[in-house]
Amino acid sequence: MDFDDTPQEAAFRKKARAWLEKNAQPKRPDEVGADELGEREDPGAIAAAKAWQAKKFDEGWAVLTWPKEYGGQGLSRVEAVVWNQEEAKFKTPINIYGIGHGMLGPTLMAHGTKEQKDRYLREMARGQVVWCQLFSEPAAGSDLAGLRTSAVRDGSDWVLNGQKIWSTGAHYSDWGMIVTRSDPEAPKHAGLTYFIVDMRAKGIEIRPIKQINGGSGFNEVFFNDVRVPDSNRLGGVGDGWRVALTTLMNERVAIGGGAGAGRFRDLFQLARQARRNGRPAIEDSAVRQQLADFYVRAQGLKYTGLRTLTALSQGQTPGPEGSIGKAVGAPLGQQMAAFALELQGAVGALHDDAVVPQEGMWQDAYLGSPGLRIAGGTDEILKNIIAERVLRLPPEVRVDKDRPFRDIPSGSVKK
Amino acid sequence: MNFDFSEDQKFVQKTARDYLAQHAPLSACRAVLESDQPFDRNLWKGVAEMGWLGTAVPETYGGSGLGYLELVLIAEEVGRALAPIPFASSVYLATEGLLRYGSEAQKNKYLPRLCSGELVGTLAVAEGPGDLDPGTPAVQFDGGALRGAKLPVPDGDVAGLALVLASEGGRPTLVLAELGAKGVTQGPVRSFDPSRSMARLDFDGAPAERLGAAGQGGELLSALLDRAAAIMAFEQIGGAERAFEITREFTMNRWAFGRPVASFQALKHRMADLYAAIELARSNAYYGAWALSHDASELATAAPAARVAASDAFQLAGEEMVQMHGGVGFTWEYDCHLFYRRARWTGAVLGTASEWREKLVARLERQFTA
Repeated sequence: MDFDDTPQEAAFRKKARAWLEKNAQPKRPDEVGADELGEREDPGAIAAAKAWQAKKFDEGWAVLTWPKEYGGQGLSRVEAVVWNQEEAKFKTPINIYGIGHGMLGPTLMAHGTKEQKDRYLREMARGQVVWCQLFSEPAAGSDLAGLRTSAVRDGSDWVLNGQKIWSTGAHYSDWGMIVTRSDPEAPKHAGLTYFIVDMRAKGIEIRPIKQINGGSGFNEVFFNDVRVPDSNRLGGVGDGWRVALTTLMNERVAIGGGAGAGRFRDLFQLARQARRNGRPAIEDSAVRQQLADFYVRAQGLKYTGLRTLTALSQGQTPGPEGSIGKAVGAPLGQQMAAFALELQGAVGALHDDAVVPQEGMWQDAYLGSPGLRIAGGTDEILKNIIAERVLRLPPEVRVDKDRPFRDIPSGSVKK
Repeated sequence: MNFDFSEDQKFVQKTARDYLAQHAPLSACRAVLESDQPFDRNLWKGVAEMGWLGTAVPETYGGSGLGYLELVLIAEEVGRALAPIPFASSVYLATEGLLRYGSEAQKNKYLPRLCSGELVGTLAVAEGPGDLDPGTPAVQFDGGALRGAKLPVPDGDVAGLALVLASEGGRPTLVLAELGAKGVTQGPVRSFDPSRSMARLDFDGAPAERLGAAGQGGELLSALLDRAAAIMAFEQIGGAERAFEITREFTMNRWAFGRPVASFQALKHRMADLYAAIELARSNAYYGAWALSHDASELATAAPAARVAASDAFQLAGEEMVQMHGGVGFTWEYDCHLFYRRARWTGAVLGTASEWREKLVARLERQFTA
C-alpha cells in the first residue's frame, strides 16, 4: 500500500524527465494545458504539434507502447502513463494524436495487411500526417451500428456516399478511418465495412460545426461519390463492426482525476472571494457542505485512477470498470461549474473575462462540460456499459437486432 | 504504483470472510435484532479467539501484532456480515484510544483484556441530539470522579470500560472509567438498529483517571475519531457491497413484464450509480488506510473523505435495496431492513456525514492557506 514506482518504473521516469528537461520548458504549477474540446486549432498550433511529435519520434519517445517495427518502443502501458505524467509538467504543443495513436493505429495493427501496416504506421507515429475518425452520423451516435453512409463496389474501388459528424480534427487530417454500410439487406451489425480514406480525395467536403462554447474543434464530413480503392479496406467485407469494436475498445482509460483536483482548489478560492449574507461564502454552511461533497467525489475519482494504475503496474488489463471515471467525472465537472456560477451571483451571467472571477474559467467550464457528458460515450451509455459488462445485468431488449437493416424503423418518413 | 493490499493481507481478509460466512450468516444478525440479547456472545468469543480484537495491537500488550492494513480488511468483513458484535466500539474506539494515548500502566492493565474479549470497551462523547462532540461537555470530571450523563453510547450497556469526554475545570479532558464501578448506571436505550446496542451512561461520582493530559481531550478525541472513521469506512463499504450483491441477485431473478426487472434500464442505471458510489468510497477508504498505516498527516483530510463517502454509499445501498425489492423490501421478514438500519447506525455513531463534511472543509481551509 504505497505510491512508489517499481525500480523499473523509477528508472524509466528518470530517463524521461532528463530528456524532457533538455528539450522543453517546465510549466508553472498553476498553468494548465490546452483544452481538447475547444478552439479550432490555428495552423501555427498544428505546425508546432507536428514539430514536437517529430522530435519525440526521432529521439525514441513517441508511441511508446507500439511495437518497434512500427516506430514504437515496445514499452508497457504503465510506462506510457509515467511518460504522460512527466510530459504534463512541461509546456508542450497541443496533442493532435490522441485519436490516431490511441485508437486508429492499434486498429490498423490488429486488422491491417502487412502492406497497409508498412505503408501507414511509421508515418502515423512520426506525426507529419494526422488521422481522424469517421464514425458517428446524424442518425447514428450512441447507436453507431445504425450508420448509413453507403459503400458500393465498383471495379477495384468502392464508392462512398453519406455524411459523418463530430469528426474531431478532420479539417487538418490527412487520412481517416471510416465505417460504412456495404449491405443494407443484412442485419445492421453484419453489413458494415471499414476503410482507410484519403481526406484529400475528390468528393469529400468538410464543414466545421460550431459548439455552444463558440469553438469548432469538430466537423461534418460529406461524402459525394468518393472513390476508395479496395486495397484501403481494413478487414473483410461485412466485417466492419468487428474492426470498429477494436477502435472503440482502444479508448484510453482515463487515469486519475487530475483536472478535477486542480479545479477544486480554484472553486475553494472562489468561495473565499464570493460573498453570501455579508460574509465570505466559504463561511456559509450550505457552501461548505457542497464543497466537501465535490472534494470527496473528486478524490474518489483520483484514487480510483490510482487503483487502475496499480492494476496496470501489476500487469493486469483494466476492464470496463474504467468507465466510472468518465461516468462520474463528467457530470461532476458540470456540477462544479454550475455551483461556481451560483457563487458568482448575477456576475455568473456574464462572460466578460475582464470582469468575471478567475478569468472566466467557470463560464468556460459550464459551456464546455456538457460536451464531456456526451462525447466518447454519453453518461447513459456508460451506465449501460457498467451495468451490462461490469455488473453483468441483462442486456437491453432490442427491436432492431436480427432484421435486415433496410427494415429497421428510424423515425423518418415511412419507406 | 502499488496502491493495493498485499497478498498476505488479502489472505487475512479471505480467512475472515470464510469464518464469518460460517459463523455469522445474516440470521445471526437477525437473532440479535429480534431478541433482548445485546450482542452475539458466541460470535464475540470466536472472533476474539481468531485474534481479531488485537489485530493492530503489539504482542507485548496481548495483541496479534499485525497492523492497520489487516485490521481494515477484517473490519470490511465484519461489515459485510453485519456481525452483531461490539467490534467497532471495542476495537476502533476503546482499544485504539488506549493504544495511542494510554500510559504504560493503563495499556498493560486494559489492552490484554480488550484483546481477549473478556472486556468490552467503548467511547462516551455525545450528550443528546446534534454534534457528536459537545465541545465543552456537561459531564464533569472533578477530583477523580465523573458526574453527568452521556447519551447515546454505542455498546454502553455491555461495555466494562469507557473512554469518556468530560470537562475538567471548564476544559475538555478524556478519561477512563470502569463501568462496573460504583456510581455508574448503564441503561440500555432502544437502538435504531437493535442488532447493535446503544445505552445511556449516568455517572454519579464514578471513579475515573485521565487519558492524556488535562484539557487535551478535544485534540485527542478528534485524532481518535479520525482513526476510527478510517477503519469504520471499511465496515460500511463491506455492508454496502453485501446489500448491493443481494439486490443484484434479487433483481436478476424477479420477473415482470416478461423479463427480469434487472433488465430495465432505470434499475440498471441506478445499479451502475450505486456501484460507482461504492467503488469511489472504497478508493477514498484505501487512501485512509494508507494514511492510517503510515501515520501520515494526510489522515486529517483522508479520514473525513473516507467517512463521508462510505456513509453516503452505505445509506444509498440500504435505501436502494429496499426500493428495488419492491413490496417485500418493506417486510420484516426480508433482510433489506437489516442493512437499512445498520447504515444509519454506522453513519451516526462517530458523527454524521454532515459533521464530517464540515470537519473536512475546516481542515482544507487550514491546508489551502499553508
